[in-house]
Amino acid sequence: MTGPLVLGIETSCDETGIGIVRGRQLLSNTIASSMDEHARYGGVVPEVAARAHLEALQPSIERALTEAGVTLDELDAIAVTSGPGLAGALMVGVGAAKGLAVSLGKPLYAVNHLVGHIAADILTSDDRATAPLEYPTIALLVSGGHTSLLHVRDLTTDVELLGETVDDAAGEAFDKVARLLGLPYPGGPQIDRVAADGDPKAIRFPRGLSKASDMAKHRYDFSFSGLKTAVARWVERAQSNGEDVPVADVAASFREAVIDVLVTKALAACADRGVPRLLLGGGVIANRRLREVALERAAAAGVAVRIPPLSLCTDNGAMIAGLAAELIASGRGPSTLAFGADSTLPVTEIQVSPA
Amino acid sequence: MILAVDTSLGTTVAVVDADGRTVAEASTPDPLGHAEVIGDLLAQVARPGITHVVAGMGPGPFTGLRIGIAAARAFALGRGIPLIPIPSHFAIALDASAEGPFAVVTDARRREIAVSVFDGVDADGIPNLIRPTRLEKRGAELDEQTHETTELSAAALARVGAAAIAAGRVLADAEPLYLRSPDVVQPGAPKRVSA
Ligand SMILES: [Zn+2]
Repeated sequence: MTGPLVLGIETSCDETGIGIVRGRQLLSNTIASSMDEHARYGGVVPEVAARAHLEALQPSIERALTEAGVTLDELDAIAVTSGPGLAGALMVGVGAAKGLAVSLGKPLYAVNHLVGHIAADILTSDDRATAPLEYPTIALLVSGGHTSLLHVRDLTTDVELLGETVDDAAGEAFDKVARLLGLPYPGGPQIDRVAADGDPKAIRFPRGLSKASDMAKHRYDFSFSGLKTAVARWVERAQSNGEDVPVADVAASFREAVIDVLVTKALAACADRGVPRLLLGGGVIANRRLREVALERAAAAGVAVRIPPLSLCTDNGAMIAGLAAELIASGRGPSTLAFGADSTLPVTEIQVSPA
Repeated sequence: MILAVDTSLGTTVAVVDADGRTVAEASTPDPLGHAEVIGDLLAQVARPGITHVVAGMGPGPFTGLRIGIAAARAFALGRGIPLIPIPSHFAIALDASAEGPFAVVTDARRREIAVSVFDGVDADGIPNLIRPTRLEKRGAELDEQTHETTELSAAALARVGAAAIAAGRVLADAEPLYLRSPDVVQPGAPKRVSA
């Protein structure tokens, strides 16, 4: 029973996440997803996501309070994602967080979504007692919205962006290639399913930004749009030659290319920075093959890997509450009420609009 | 006391007492920046003793409109008090001094306007909506005299809310008056990338 009681609101993409923590203890992690509404469009539609957030927010907050067994009056603070993410979606959460904080007369912490993904790893629950996160650590965050490689020296004060995707996020690449192969949205689990029977070495797809000539400028950056085009080209050539497309092999080879780049660059960062720790986060970490390859190659490189439970890897409000709880514990005051949504918030801005 | 919040045009909040008198009011006509200003404006008028929150449900540009509704709902949730949704045009109609039918007109972007036709107030003191809110091309001929505005008064919105509460009437759904479907097209077959 130590640490501040914080309710976190996360609406940066298609999940309405409400989390409640007491210090590092996770009390509730409720998630309402509008994923099904996006399925027929083959990707997240910002306006559809924003509408869904507005509908889901109040019931989600009520559900989280019930699950945590606390009342709004007991809260020490409210936390909300200020960015990065979809602007219109973020703004719904920002509006709600401000309304709630002013109504209750409680302090409000506006925080960074990406740093929240790292904070997910420090949360404990009855069935999860974790060793404290050790610094420094390299963090690889992979989802439908972002692909970022970070050097974390301290969660609340010192996070450096090493690299990020220059075009599509890894999760988006899975969605687009799934569509090419006639598979439904979201693409990650579908690619995984059909790749199970495929040969990951059947086709050598390109590894984006991995050539020696890319290393000076883009050593830690990612690019997946060329890979997607390469897969499309390969499939089209097979079709125009009248061949059956070996969907399993294409999916397995594509997945291997994505994973290879992600893991290679993450471990390169560990080696270059002399950091023997790698933290994985983001929804794409649900990909079993990614976890396998990361664990296997990290072990060979002498790097310890940490992976939060999957319910905390996808976007959620608990990580936002958890990050705010850490800020409070380290003595930081609340944000002013003047912040907005920042769709491109840099990772160095861990707390937005501090007083 | 009733707190009203509206972000369908600028950002405006107000508290009126049981007699309909304005206790506090704060607003900005800026049609952007709702997310940035909503907290400070609310903090200026928030006080103990608020019994209801009225939310202006639009019509208005979606992104801004939702911010006020989200803030109003959360404020009501925080205090454990009811949320009363009211179409924003009712506040404009209440303040408009017009004889006979008149059209409240606000900008709907994309060279369109949102139009609601009212005729006086009814026995409950609520503006009498005689034609549901609709979109028209900007420049379209309207049958009625028009009352176009880029601002509205949250205090007026609160008074409409008070009248609705007193009469036990529901003037709006829980969802915003979107008037448009989300702008999306279903994807066709993937485009060819090879020449
Ligand atoms: Zn995320």
